[in-house]
Amino acid sequence: MAILTRDDPAPAPAPAPSGAAAVRLEHLVKRFSGEVGRRVARSTGASPDADTVTAVDGIDLEIRDGEFFSMLGPSGSGKTTTLRLIAGFELPTEGRVYLHGEDVTQRAPFERDVNTVFQDYALFPHMTVGENVAYGLTIRKVPRPERERRVGDALAMVRLNGYERRKPSQLSGGQRQRVALARALVNRPRVLLLDEPLGALDLKLREEMQLELKAIQRDVRITFIYVTHDQEEALTMSDRLAVFNRGRVEQVGSPAEMYERPATAFVAGFVGTSNLLRGDAAMALVGDAGLYTVRPEKIRMAEPNAAVADDEVGADGTIRNVVYLGPDTRYIVVLDAGTELVVTEQNLATSSMEALAAEGRRVRLIWKRHHNFRIGDQEGSRGGGA
Amino acid sequence: MTVAPAERPAAASVSRRVAIWLDRRPRVRLALLLAAPVGWLVVMYLGALGVLFLNSVWLRDEFTGLVSRTLSLDNFIEIATTPIYRTVLLRTVGMAAAVTLTCAVLAFPIAYFMARVASPRVRGLLVVAVLMPLWASYLVKAYSWRLILSEDGLLNWLLAPIGLRGPGQTEIGLWLVFTYLWLPYMILPLFAGLERIPSSVLEASSDLGARGGTTFRRVVFPLVIPALAAGSIFTFSLTLGDYVAPSLITTTQFIGNLIYLNFGAPNLPLAAALSVVPLLVMLGYLALARRLGAFEAL
Repeated sequence: MAILTRDDPAPAPAPAPSGAAAVRLEHLVKRFSGEVGRRVARSTGASPDADTVTAVDGIDLEIRDGEFFSMLGPSGSGKTTTLRLIAGFELPTEGRVYLHGEDVTQRAPFERDVNTVFQDYALFPHMTVGENVAYGLTIRKVPRPERERRVGDALAMVRLNGYERRKPSQLSGGQRQRVALARALVNRPRVLLLDEPLGALDLKLREEMQLELKAIQRDVRITFIYVTHDQEEALTMSDRLAVFNRGRVEQVGSPAEMYERPATAFVAGFVGTSNLLRGDAAMALVGDAGLYTVRPEKIRMAEPNAAVADDEVGADGTIRNVVYLGPDTRYIVVLDAGTELVVTEQNLATSSMEALAAEGRRVRLIWKRHHNFRIGDQEGSRGGGA
Repeated sequence: MTVAPAERPAAASVSRRVAIWLDRRPRVRLALLLAAPVGWLVVMYLGALGVLFLNSVWLRDEFTGLVSRTLSLDNFIEIATTPIYRTVLLRTVGMAAAVTLTCAVLAFPIAYFMARVASPRVRGLLVVAVLMPLWASYLVKAYSWRLILSEDGLLNWLLAPIGLRGPGQTEIGLWLVFTYLWLPYMILPLFAGLERIPSSVLEASSDLGARGGTTFRRVVFPLVIPALAAGSIFTFSLTLGDYVAPSLITTTQFIGNLIYLNFGAPNLPLAAALSVVPLLVMLGYLALARRLGAFEAL
């Protein structure tokens, strides 16, 4: 679909040379203090009587033009605040925000060439769907014929043509979400910010919308910055992602890099399952007292006396817990070496009955030595618990 | 009810049995809930209103001075054709409209500050501050203003050094007094209406390129129209029916004064007919507000 490419002789600035940063954040810090700080502290579950909360604690990021970039992290990790700093809804305490090389730190939201899809959609309840989508164009005084054409195109893109005259209250959650997306995209921003846009949808609709969003992004080639706390969502949709923790970025990279080579214990735990080996356990199993991780799908579960090859690690333990997941089963095994590992096995030949009966059984876990991945610094710079 | 009747302990208390009996009879529960208020409304409220209407279509016998119970619209015809009644009616409606408009203009910034800017603590203090005048007697407040506005009153004393004079006990003075008296009734609904607008909606407007003024015109104002209508119904109807403040502050007549003057001995049916007029004006006002979509978001 070429409908949203910049084909009009609009007063749009010349596109930045490809590869240039669409968004650059330079040592961004945001502290909330006083009344606001207390409210933020309470809502994020930080210390309830703190007066000042540092929501964003020195973030440096470069987001490339045209990429699908996700900001992943638990609630209270600063990802939404960072998004709001890019949109201009908050002013940073320190640091600078650049959009396509231009310093926009002090600019109001209406002076920035970005648009936002809000978590609660934020549709104007007194306007029809058509008026909602046309809002940005009306403000920019786009002539009526062009406005109507673009609104129609945008609604067609989110498969809501014919809904122009409905009110938001007459739509389902998924439809409102699409209207919010159309309302933002119709302005052809150079950067689109999405704040957990699928958070309120049920699983099936969410998975549909994930694919659709990704397809739309590929079509319009607008930079998408996508905030989510769902690691699966971030891994499946993004070109690159940043993992946030306590107001800082733990790691930036492609989904595969994040999953296979986590930089910190926190990333290992948040992107996937943690399965950490440290201290004595690492000494006993790896032969080194560093911090190691091994992904659950790399581990094979065998009989207690099974043979272990030279290039493999063998660890004995007891199955503490069995979680039946349909296609897979997850086993939580307490190792004699003094730690816990999660093992996932496909239910190729096992039934749920057999899987669940395994609780309490003695097993030997076996995995290839080269699947022990050493995590760079000891516990992660932030000491984040998994 | 998960307990089958047979399994119920034999010694179930009376209150328990009543509770079980009621649990299955939603209509009885509803009747018990609403009996008192509905009874009150029908007898005291609609009853009184009915008597008022009935009186307005009766006549007063010119010679005996007694009310004769013959149906007639003569009272209304008299009101419509006597110039003085028309003047008073227009004056009253004009005053109500002016007071409503002033209250809305004054209340909006206060309500906006309370709802969207102030911290919870300041907001609480402001709500109390707005409500506080309502705890004082209306008569005391009206009398105080009579003193403030009088020839050698506080206002003239304050304005004298800069060579100005207050409005005195005129219609302008009355307009000030009414605005003072009814302002809280405008602030509170506006505050509630503004508080209900999610911040994200305002942020979305700004995000889509609208400056503050445009956001106000296209988003905030349309969304508070229902609240504005609610507040204006208070200020408009309270001004329309009042006769105490006009008689304390000015010598001019308003509908309320006419009703008061005709009440009792002089001409009860005419007083009733005069009372129906503000009611009709209010009905017209509500219909207009409804037409403008003021109640759509309720």
